[in-house]
Amino acid sequence: MDLVELSRLQFGMTALYHFLFVPLTIGLSVLLGIMETVYVMTGRAIWRDMTQFWGVLFGINFAMGVATGLTLEFQFGTNWAYYSQYVGDVFGAPLAIEGLMAFFLEATFIGFFFFGWDKLSRVGHLIATWLVALATNFSALWILIANAWMQFPVGARFNADTMRMELADFPAVLLNPVAQAKFVHTVSAGYVTGAVFVLAISAWYALRGRHIALARRSMAVAASFGLASALSVVVLGDESGYTAGQNQQMKIAAIEAMWHTEPAPASFTVFGLPNLKTHKTEFAVEVPWILGLIATRSIDRKVAGIDELVEAAKTRIKSGLIAYETLDNIRHDRENSALRAALDSHAMDLGYALLLKRLRPDIEHATQADIDRAAQSTIPNVPVLFWSFRLMVAVGFWLIALFAIAFWLSAQQRIERSRLFLWAALLSLPLPWLAAELGWIVAEYGRQPWAIYGVLPTSLAVSQIAPSNVVASLVAFGIFYSALLVADLYLLIKYIRLGPDSTLGRPVAAPSTRRQESSP
Amino acid sequence: MSYETLRLIWWALLGVLLVGFAITDGYDLGTAALLPFVARNNDERRVAINTVGPLWEGNQVWFVLGGGATLAAWPPLYAASFSGFYLAMLMVLLTLILRAAAFKFRGKVENAHWRNLWDWCLFAGGVVPALVFGVAFGNLFTGVPFSFDPDLHFVSAIPLLSLFTPFTILAGAVSVAMIVLHGAAWLNLRASGAVAERAAKIMPYAAAVFAVLFAAGGFLLIHMNGLRITSLIDPAGASNPLLKAVAVVPGLWLSNFTRHGWFWILPVAAFVFAWAAVALRRRPLLAVMATSLVEACTIATAGVALFPFLLPSSTNPDMSLTVWDASSSRLTLEIMLGSVALFLPIVLGYTIWAHRVFSGRMTAERIASDSHGYD
Repeated sequence: MDLVELSRLQFGMTALYHFLFVPLTIGLSVLLGIMETVYVMTGRAIWRDMTQFWGVLFGINFAMGVATGLTLEFQFGTNWAYYSQYVGDVFGAPLAIEGLMAFFLEATFIGFFFFGWDKLSRVGHLIATWLVALATNFSALWILIANAWMQFPVGARFNADTMRMELADFPAVLLNPVAQAKFVHTVSAGYVTGAVFVLAISAWYALRGRHIALARRSMAVAASFGLASALSVVVLGDESGYTAGQNQQMKIAAIEAMWHTEPAPASFTVFGLPNLKTHKTEFAVEVPWILGLIATRSIDRKVAGIDELVEAAKTRIKSGLIAYETLDNIRHDRENSALRAALDSHAMDLGYALLLKRLRPDIEHATQADIDRAAQSTIPNVPVLFWSFRLMVAVGFWLIALFAIAFWLSAQQRIERSRLFLWAALLSLPLPWLAAELGWIVAEYGRQPWAIYGVLPTSLAVSQIAPSNVVASLVAFGIFYSALLVADLYLLIKYIRLGPDSTLGRPVAAPSTRRQESSP
Repeated sequence: MSYETLRLIWWALLGVLLVGFAITDGYDLGTAALLPFVARNNDERRVAINTVGPLWEGNQVWFVLGGGATLAAWPPLYAASFSGFYLAMLMVLLTLILRAAAFKFRGKVENAHWRNLWDWCLFAGGVVPALVFGVAFGNLFTGVPFSFDPDLHFVSAIPLLSLFTPFTILAGAVSVAMIVLHGAAWLNLRASGAVAERAAKIMPYAAAVFAVLFAAGGFLLIHMNGLRITSLIDPAGASNPLLKAVAVVPGLWLSNFTRHGWFWILPVAAFVFAWAAVALRRRPLLAVMATSLVEACTIATAGVALFPFLLPSSTNPDMSLTVWDASSSRLTLEIMLGSVALFLPIVLGYTIWAHRVFSGRMTAERIASDSHGYD
């Protein structure tokens, strides 16, 4: 493996690992807020105990999320130095504002959540809990604004004097349509993760006939919250598909294994085996019209196929080469306004020329064969995207069904007695994590070969450091993260098995207990 | 606001973030570094750990924000420093990850080996970051081997061991002594019984070691090479570090002090506050304020000495990063300054409030009666 592959492997590994903890933090923080609100409004102590018990599990998960997030905040510098140099002017701002506005709030009030039960008034503590949930969501918002800019780099332009992308329109970066769709899709997925976590563990208690009062109430909250969230994930996932259809045609085409542009409206391939060599999808089962509707919101506009997009890339590479050569001339003649005008008319294709850097350092001497190869490299890994996407969607629909049944059983007040449902809920526990990781793969692996879509190729973005350094860090992260995951799972399982009574060190209050009668 | 002024403000804000990190997370690091020495059994360790229990997570955000703000305001500095100090940064990240896990995990299993393991992780999570940050600061004075190609691609390959020279190890030791002094003052304020007493006894030693090493660093600088921009540089020009010339002359790192004599206040104040912290250790809150000021003055001294340089290059000094050619665009600096002006006062407000709510001495009895502390 070379430096680029090692660096990508490390980023992928650390990001996917971080993303094991983030969705649960997002979802549980809101569920804790809901539970504690019920406690404060009704005064029934069991809801306080529920908040505290799920809070213990939340805390173990939260620590891991924060610890693994440290790596991500600094990895752009350690492993993606040219990325940071080239786009830090734009990408850094949302990251820094996330720290200022969201992460400080979250990390400070998490202290109040855990340690403040006896120090704050009931309403005061409730406010602290909701501030944690609010900050967690803000955090996701700013991170996804940064991420959306990688997918759809709006509001920025290339500056020949500083040799980098610079911010031109901050509101455009903030209101990036990709950011909005991704934000709601991602936090909803987090809510679903939290809801499945609570539902599955409560189902396990119900199956064993333990902690019924707590399990029943927890399942009721999880069912309604989870149903709304799961619907939102799918609807907003569709919205993501629409925005990606406009901005990342190659990603959509790869997800659909759509090798050639079809007459509109394009059909959706439910099943098939994409063949990378022949550029055909074998054994395809297609549903007419659906893809055209998702990607273009119309029946008459076409969805571009992979081969056509490769042709378009060749044109852009040639245009980008003009920009690259002009840039070199500008370095020797900085005041020449004709050169600057020439650069401006080709600057948007500069990134395509940079794709050639993977093939040869002297890209101004690129041959047609080089250009063809570079254009081919814009195709992401079609089978991986095709299957990741379908698996993710299948999980989404399964969870909608699960929550719908949970909601109905809960409304009928017999959720704790429906053993078939309880088993289904318990066995669904890993599914939201699976879907979240697959979603990350579709979004980020599907962005390849770009670090910034159409602007900066991933292969160019890495730090030029000795590959042995990256091997060392990869091994170290591998060992550390594996050990921490074992410890994390061990503790989660330990407290789940102990159950709420032993975890809190006192019996959970009876459903009828008012707070005045309960122990502090 | 002019581009030049914005750059100066952001240079100062870089210092504010560093000082914020050193003061807040500094006492967490110091407490962790002192853990094996001030707390001998599990009850004592719980006392020490619970003094920072509800606060360390918020404090750690200064570190995260430092990273994010450097990326936003000084992208070349963020890129060159963190990729250049690759393995050193890896050590910091891994030990801070361990620290986070240790805080949450150590009390979750009733087993002495389990707790001991995590206590050593806490210790490493205190000492290693303090040492590496100091060594990194030392490397700013000796210069870091990096250069750029015309596309502003970095060429940097710094073997881990080359970061450790006598001067940089000295800088690392200054940092550890400063953090230990601050952590001891914190424990003297917030811990109780034997833990607080041992911390108070450590303070004079930590202060003496800090003062001697800090002074030694200053004397070494007299003969060490410093940098000066010799070409014309436009303080409002493009952020491109390839457009200037730099001279290397011994003793130049002290030139800002010789030219503007009143800057000597900063290093002198660092010594005075270190002495004051020891003298005031029977008035613990004042002592913590004094050690906080020691950190602020020490970091400011280093910043002023280096100014306008941010990251000197030893490979090609002309390509060193300076305040005038390594910042973000004017628009980004403006937006980020607006964000800081809006949010930092709010952050400071609830940080102070959190410190007030979780104040008072931590005692073994208090932990036993409160089910919400760290076990």
